[in-house]
Amino acid sequence: MFEALGQRFTSIFSGLRGKVSQARLDQFSEEIKTALIESDVALEVANRFSAQLAEKFNQNSDEINISINPAQKIYELVNSQLVQTLGGATRRLKYAKNPPTVILLTGLQGAGKTTLAGKLAKYLKNDGNTPLLVAADLQRPNAVNQLKVVGESAGIAVFAPEVGNGAGDPVAVAKAGIKYAVDKVHNFVIVDTAGRTGIDDLLMKQIIDVRDAITPDEIFFVVDAMTGQDAAKTAKAFSDGVGFDAVVLTKLDGDARGGAALSIVEMTGKPIIFASTGEKISDFTLFHPDRMASRILGKGDIASLAEQAKSAIPEQAAQKLEEKFAKGEDFTFEDFLSQLEAMKNMGSMSKLMGLLPGTAGMKKQIENFDESELVRTRAIIESMTPLERNNPKVLNGSRRARIARGSGRAVSEINALVDRFGQAQKMMKQMRGGSMPMPMAGLGSPPKIAQSNVKSKKKSRSGNPAKRAIEEGN
Amino acid sequence: MSLFKRLFNAIKSGSVSDNEWEEIRVSLIESDLGVKLTDELINMAKTTKPADAKEAIMAEVKKWLSKDDRTIKFTPGRTNTILVVGVNGTGKTTSTAKLAFHLKSEKKTILLAAADTFRAAAVEQLQTWADRIGVEVVHGESNADPASVAFSAITKAKEDQIDYLVVDTAGRLHTKENLMQELGKVLRVIEKLSPVDEVLLVIDATTGQNGMNQARVFIEAVGVTGLIITKLDGSAKGGVGMAVEKEFGLPIKYMGSGEQISDLAPFDAERFIEGLLE
Ligand SMILES: Nc1nc2c(ncn2[C@@H]2O[C@H](COP(=O)(O)OP(=O)(O)OP(=O)(O)O)[C@@H](O)[C@H]2O)c(=O)[nH]1
Ligand SMILES: [Mg+2]
Repeated sequence: MFEALGQRFTSIFSGLRGKVSQARLDQFSEEIKTALIESDVALEVANRFSAQLAEKFNQNSDEINISINPAQKIYELVNSQLVQTLGGATRRLKYAKNPPTVILLTGLQGAGKTTLAGKLAKYLKNDGNTPLLVAADLQRPNAVNQLKVVGESAGIAVFAPEVGNGAGDPVAVAKAGIKYAVDKVHNFVIVDTAGRTGIDDLLMKQIIDVRDAITPDEIFFVVDAMTGQDAAKTAKAFSDGVGFDAVVLTKLDGDARGGAALSIVEMTGKPIIFASTGEKISDFTLFHPDRMASRILGKGDIASLAEQAKSAIPEQAAQKLEEKFAKGEDFTFEDFLSQLEAMKNMGSMSKLMGLLPGTAGMKKQIENFDESELVRTRAIIESMTPLERNNPKVLNGSRRARIARGSGRAVSEINALVDRFGQAQKMMKQMRGGSMPMPMAGLGSPPKIAQSNVKSKKKSRSGNPAKRAIEEGN
Repeated sequence: MSLFKRLFNAIKSGSVSDNEWEEIRVSLIESDLGVKLTDELINMAKTTKPADAKEAIMAEVKKWLSKDDRTIKFTPGRTNTILVVGVNGTGKTTSTAKLAFHLKSEKKTILLAAADTFRAAAVEQLQTWADRIGVEVVHGESNADPASVAFSAITKAKEDQIDYLVVDTAGRLHTKENLMQELGKVLRVIEKLSPVDEVLLVIDATTGQNGMNQARVFIEAVGVTGLIITKLDGSAKGGVGMAVEKEFGLPIKYMGSGEQISDLAPFDAERFIEGLLE
């Protein structure tokens, strides 16, 4: 998400060199406004953002001018404005004084509420809680079933007294669900509800009735990150209707420009609390405005990367690696392999790449990154003898040919891997002494990227007019 | 400004005031048509020096409309296959059911294929709709290969001499290359046995400019033949649907406007464009 905006910011910033005139600053806020609108930020919000930014520039114009690095100062101002618009501090879940803590999910049809209910429950469970899911979407065919399956696979209790499919009273189900949770001592209740539009008064009244029946501690507005200009209108309608305490963004793993996030926070004054980033039940994280701002501005999200690296690499292994570096021992294929394993645990490569600084401009390559590459690499390394893994220098032609046969890959692939490994080794040497165990070295490999560009060789023209339009670069 | 200059301006840009153009610009951008197309459109409309801005915009947008047939293709004497595709939650399953209902009312025989083997209870969701409409569904085990479901379905449809096979597929973000390849496989498996006549991309009206990326990637992967814009009963206008029609020459075939089986209507250009201008 936000890649397009990130790219725009990167190019806007790279145009800023040396002294910056007032006219240039005005133009700059104007460019940012356009970039925001093109990234689906509501018109009204984009206008306000650029006006506030222009004012910030004004207030700080002296400082910008005497600064030896005006671009840096401007960056800081944009960053702080962005963090502020994204909600400021990280919002954390509120616990009820007397459990259970009741969370009500609301939002449009297809926003991803049911999937999210499962993820949230799993997240809470991992933290030692005992959540209960309540199936109060009685509208969409088999929404109840879906929640049951999700709950079952995650080992979460589901309260589903009605089959739904258009029959049953969500208010009664929600109420009974709370009672059930109290009886069975669940400390969290997550109530899934049917999707509704912001302009359906009848259904808005229904969710208000649900709310009044269960007085939730948290009401979350669940919204698809791909939403466009309508985000502002619909968020306002839900805010004025049932009201909500925080926002959950879904489908962040796509390439949406993500402007909806800005629009909603700005229009309703409510922060984003969680982000849902993939199809796996564990693809779910707390939302940090500062980190997101830094990603938007092309500075990457090193904090999240470090967190993920920490949880993916077993403490001991990381320590061993660090000790090795400290002692100045060489980085071997064994280490390379153990890092590959860690990479796999860390989840999708493309997602990680998105967290790295300066990757906004590499969007296409990131999308084309092929995870099966990791599997192939592993096969090759596993076909090496321990000697070869620990002393890559011994890898002569006949050894490489044997490895190629053993792993079922071409010799050229073995050569490419050995080259890449060489680069990784060099990088590791440079990083020696750094405290973060970076498992990235050599894996986001340039050779692979170059290769995927070549792959898209000229195809024959398509008979499908739409397809042809793309082929002809329309 | 001199009287002469004002007169000259009035003649030059018709009698529409700058304010009025700006209002229209705001509506169009807020409909998700996109900044670039909005400005292009307004500039074109201005050159016609119109007396009525909205009419001028209508006329210009109409020039964008695809010339392709907007009805669902039908070749008698064999099974006609429709593949329904799109990103997660746009309304594929509901639209599949609505479409089946619509085609059934035209006295066609229908078979549905539940090729979403991924999402929990997706098969049951389609089955519930099918029971309501009174059509049959072919499905596999959960987590089965969707291509194998498609294969069984087209085999059965041909055997039973069904007019239309409508295939519901799993929602997938267009950025997931492996999932797009899986979809391509579904298409090819069917094509080996029988032509695929329509590939309908379902776009949610609330979608922003990301709809363009969705269209681009789905077209490339499975050769989309038309669009269904859903959720037009909400406050969103679905302007990105028009942007896709303009940029890729793909016709919007249907508009979805509710959660009932009959809430599907053939594309109505007048109504749709008026919506963008509201
Ligand atoms: N208001 C409204 N809701 C719709 C419309 N079409 C579908 N929906 C609702 O949108 C939600 C998602 O619809 P589905 O048909 O399940 O969407 P899908 O694309 O099959 O979803 P996945 O298979 O999970 O990707 C459901 O709650 C539908 O009832 C529409 O035209 N208007
Ligand atoms: Mg579906």
